[in-house]
Amino acid sequence: MKKEQAGLYIHIPFCLSKCGYCSFYSIKSINLIPEYIAALKKEIKYYRNIFSSFDTIYIGGGTPSLLSAVQIDDLISTLNKYFDIDRQAEITIEVNPGDVSLEYFQALRKLGINRLNIGVQSFDDKVLKFLGRRYSSKEAITSIEAARASGFDNLGIDLIYGVHGVNIKSWKNTLQKAVSFAPEHISCYQLSLDDRTPLYKKYSLNDWHLPDENTELKLFLTNSEELENAGYIHYEVSNFARLDKFKSRHNQKYWQHAPYLGLGPAAHSFLNNKRWWNKAAVKTYLNKIVQGKMPVEDTETLSAEQLQLEALFLGLRTQAGIDLKLYKTRHGIDLLADKETIIDVLIKNKLVELRNGFLYPTRAGMAIADSLALI
Amino acid sequence: MENIRNFSIIAHIDHGKSTLADRLIQFTGVCNERNFQDQILDNMDIERERGITIKSNAISLPYHAHDGKDYILNLIDTPGHVDFSYEVSRSLASCEGVLLLIDAAQGVQAQTLANLYLALDHNLEIIPIINKIDLPSADVERVLEEIDSELGLDPFTHIKCSAKEGIGIEEILEAIVTRIPPPTGDTANPLAALIFDAKYDSFRGTIIHCRVFEGVVKSGDIIKFMYNGTTYKVEEVGHFLLTRAKRDKLFAGEVGYIIAGVKTVADVRTGDTITLQDRPCSKPLPGFKEVKPVVFASIYPIASDDYQDLADSLEKYKLNDASFIFEKDSSAALGQGFRCGFLGLLHLDIVQERLEREYDLSIILSVPSVRYRFTLKDKKIIYVDNPAHYPDPAEIDKGEEPYIRAAMMLPERYLGAVMKLCMEKRGLNSNMNYTSPGRVELSYEMPLAEVIYDFYDRFKSVTQGYGSFDYDIIDFRESNLVLMDILVNGEKVDALSQIVHRERARARALLACDRLKEEIPRQMFKIAIQGAIGAEIIARSTISAFRKDVIAKCYGGDISRKRKLLEKQKAGKKRMKMIGNVSIPQSAFLAVLKSDTD
Ligand SMILES: Nc1nc2c(ncn2[C@@H]2O[C@H](COP(=O)(O)OP(=O)(O)OP(=O)(O)O)[C@@H](O)[C@H]2O)c(=O)[nH]1
Ligand code: SF4
Ligand SMILES: [Mg+2]
Repeated sequence: MKKEQAGLYIHIPFCLSKCGYCSFYSIKSINLIPEYIAALKKEIKYYRNIFSSFDTIYIGGGTPSLLSAVQIDDLISTLNKYFDIDRQAEITIEVNPGDVSLEYFQALRKLGINRLNIGVQSFDDKVLKFLGRRYSSKEAITSIEAARASGFDNLGIDLIYGVHGVNIKSWKNTLQKAVSFAPEHISCYQLSLDDRTPLYKKYSLNDWHLPDENTELKLFLTNSEELENAGYIHYEVSNFARLDKFKSRHNQKYWQHAPYLGLGPAAHSFLNNKRWWNKAAVKTYLNKIVQGKMPVEDTETLSAEQLQLEALFLGLRTQAGIDLKLYKTRHGIDLLADKETIIDVLIKNKLVELRNGFLYPTRAGMAIADSLALI
Repeated sequence: MENIRNFSIIAHIDHGKSTLADRLIQFTGVCNERNFQDQILDNMDIERERGITIKSNAISLPYHAHDGKDYILNLIDTPGHVDFSYEVSRSLASCEGVLLLIDAAQGVQAQTLANLYLALDHNLEIIPIINKIDLPSADVERVLEEIDSELGLDPFTHIKCSAKEGIGIEEILEAIVTRIPPPTGDTANPLAALIFDAKYDSFRGTIIHCRVFEGVVKSGDIIKFMYNGTTYKVEEVGHFLLTRAKRDKLFAGEVGYIIAGVKTVADVRTGDTITLQDRPCSKPLPGFKEVKPVVFASIYPIASDDYQDLADSLEKYKLNDASFIFEKDSSAALGQGFRCGFLGLLHLDIVQERLEREYDLSIILSVPSVRYRFTLKDKKIIYVDNPAHYPDPAEIDKGEEPYIRAAMMLPERYLGAVMKLCMEKRGLNSNMNYTSPGRVELSYEMPLAEVIYDFYDRFKSVTQGYGSFDYDIIDFRESNLVLMDILVNGEKVDALSQIVHRERARARALLACDRLKEEIPRQMFKIAIQGAIGAEIIARSTISAFRKDVIAKCYGGDISRKRKLLEKQKAGKKRMKMIGNVSIPQSAFLAVLKSDTD
């Protein structure tokens, strides 16, 4: 049997300015980037005996498009030096519409990057401003066109819904606009507000509210229906792909408990039944690496029960659902026998379905996937 | 014996019995100031916290009287609440007199009368005492009138006091000496001692509280319980000071304790007579009416793992409370538990609180019920206090429920409202008596089930706290009874079934459905809640499903965080009961149990 290949995530924790809703770990001191690249290269080397081969690479952030093509090249060649990178590997980079150009994209392609994820978020200038994004809808469109022109044939677009002042109708327009570029992949994320973010404060100051449960559901179903009508596969709660092969191979690893290595501050890694993560602080990260130490903040060893629970809630987020046979081999539990009555009720209530040995959520089931996991 | 006085303090609840006991204890110097605390005889935590007396307490007070002689005054402080009135009658059996306290502001109340009647039954000397005269709202003139007209006592015999301020204490002590007769009895006769209480001590076993009527008892004696003939060797006898004080002998006329290696309180029957094995008395002393539980409910552990702990705790609790009974019970919804009998709702409340607090148990109580009587078609008669044992309706010839006679005292201005309430509670055969201007004594016959449901709370509220209430169980009366079930998604929640009068069924079912609707969290699917009599649905409510509950992003770093959240929710769900695939929190059972109508 072919050994399961791992996924690799590289975090680029820099942003030129902070978006109002963002609670990701990133900082503005881009002057640290060269030092940071050097540190990443060391961290890559640490793992040479723990991981051997990868078939997906995902460079995320933060804003990876703040790196020059040369810096990215440096990282990718280091990876190639220590690991076996599959020839068919999916190599993704996240980019910010404001930072990119045709030349940049062309350079990325030359480096072997074959998948692009553009953080468009909206095609409405008012919304972009509201969210604190630093580009216009026109620039967003230009960046998509440039990506196409440079030859990217696996393009993803991120959108945010549930923003104050956006009704169902204008949201549908945004979806249609996105579809008009025929991206291979679309992610629709519902806006959530961490109470430490500036946008949260703005909401409470103005007594605005996130959509109520009904509206939330309506928006969720709108995404699903509109995009499926446009030919997309709603393969995970927030993710849509034009064809099976355009599903994010890297992200699917997270939902399938596949092994992955995360590099950089705040990045999480998973192997067998262990998960570990780095501290969410660039300075600490750099210092540790300089001292020749691992920047790991903590490790958890998952109990059988925790693994089962994760497999349930991760699996039920996806259209494919849970492979019952695999679940039994991995966790020693016959889910159908164990939860027979409640699964029956869920089927009757059209929240899950059972076919070909898979237990998977319906569209309505996906909307409550977190609770489905508590059966 | 000439210098012994045995007396109880009796009164309506909160009229100041325990506080007066405090003053008598302090005045006679039994307790030094340093060790003193208010309501010192109320030594159970729950008594102290709630400020009520639950168990009678005895103490011996040495007193040097104005006649120059020394006396031993055996005081018993009694509870005022109706649930514990059996404690009063037991205490009275070992006394020659009582101090009948009357709150100067509240005047004569229902238990003042009830307790007076008990004292009269025992032919005791009664000293009326008007307490709380320090209160600005005290109305001594009115109380004097009530003593005359409502109690039928000679108002000139009263003593005014303030237990709080210590006014009138000496006068009370003198009255005890001069007015209460000394005990009679002969130390030369064979031993006859009445057991009026028993307490459990983890070191010494059962401490028997008794009043010696005839003869003498000392350590080394072989005593015999007359009702079953068991014998024990006496290890120790003594008096009650603040703690037990060992003595060589207990003589006729005295109140004290006997320790004789009796393992549990259940081995002792209060009201029984103790005599000597080798020289028994000819016949037992008149005992007490047996106390029988009148309110029944099942107790279940919230976590089924706690069943054994619950069983142990109930055993332990029973060591000290012989009026509490329990037996195994089980419910499809709530698992293994116990069916328990209580003297009333306060008793139930106290048992529940003590189990939860002292034994650290989380429990669910089922809806309280009375004990019904059914005559079946084959003429067999059965008693049912548990809805789970409700007979097949096709087999029932006749159903009956216990009735009480309620005695109420209230200001006339509330008469209309109280009568309306009593009618609503199926009250019959009312009797009314204007005892003094503006005051009414009212009595009704009503089903006990109505009283334990919400009568008392509503009575308090319609009389704005100015009414008082007492009851006696009288008999069984025929009644149109049905078994009402509650179903959640079609599955019967057996712990919520109730035996009710048919006319009550719909209202009760609706209330239960509404309460459940409020308390059961929305779940992934619609929940139907129904009330039913057999196959007939008489009430319903629906809980809609929640429809959106999923986080948008779940990548590398989000997974652990999400899992931890789910683990927490899972643990919360574990504490709920699963019925018909619906997770029902404890609060839902409690909400249905709670019977107030607001
Ligand atoms: N003002 C005033 N308050 C008093 C007096 N005697 C008792 N109290 C108060 O009345 C309340 C009840 O007193 P207790 O002595 O506990 O009454 P009780 O009759 O033993 O009550 P139960 O045992 O529950 O029936 C307490 O708050 C006392 O402080 C008094 O003479 N004057
Ligand atoms: S660009 Fe992305 S990571 Fe940076 S602040 Fe905005 S949302 Fe956050
Ligand atoms: Mg008291």
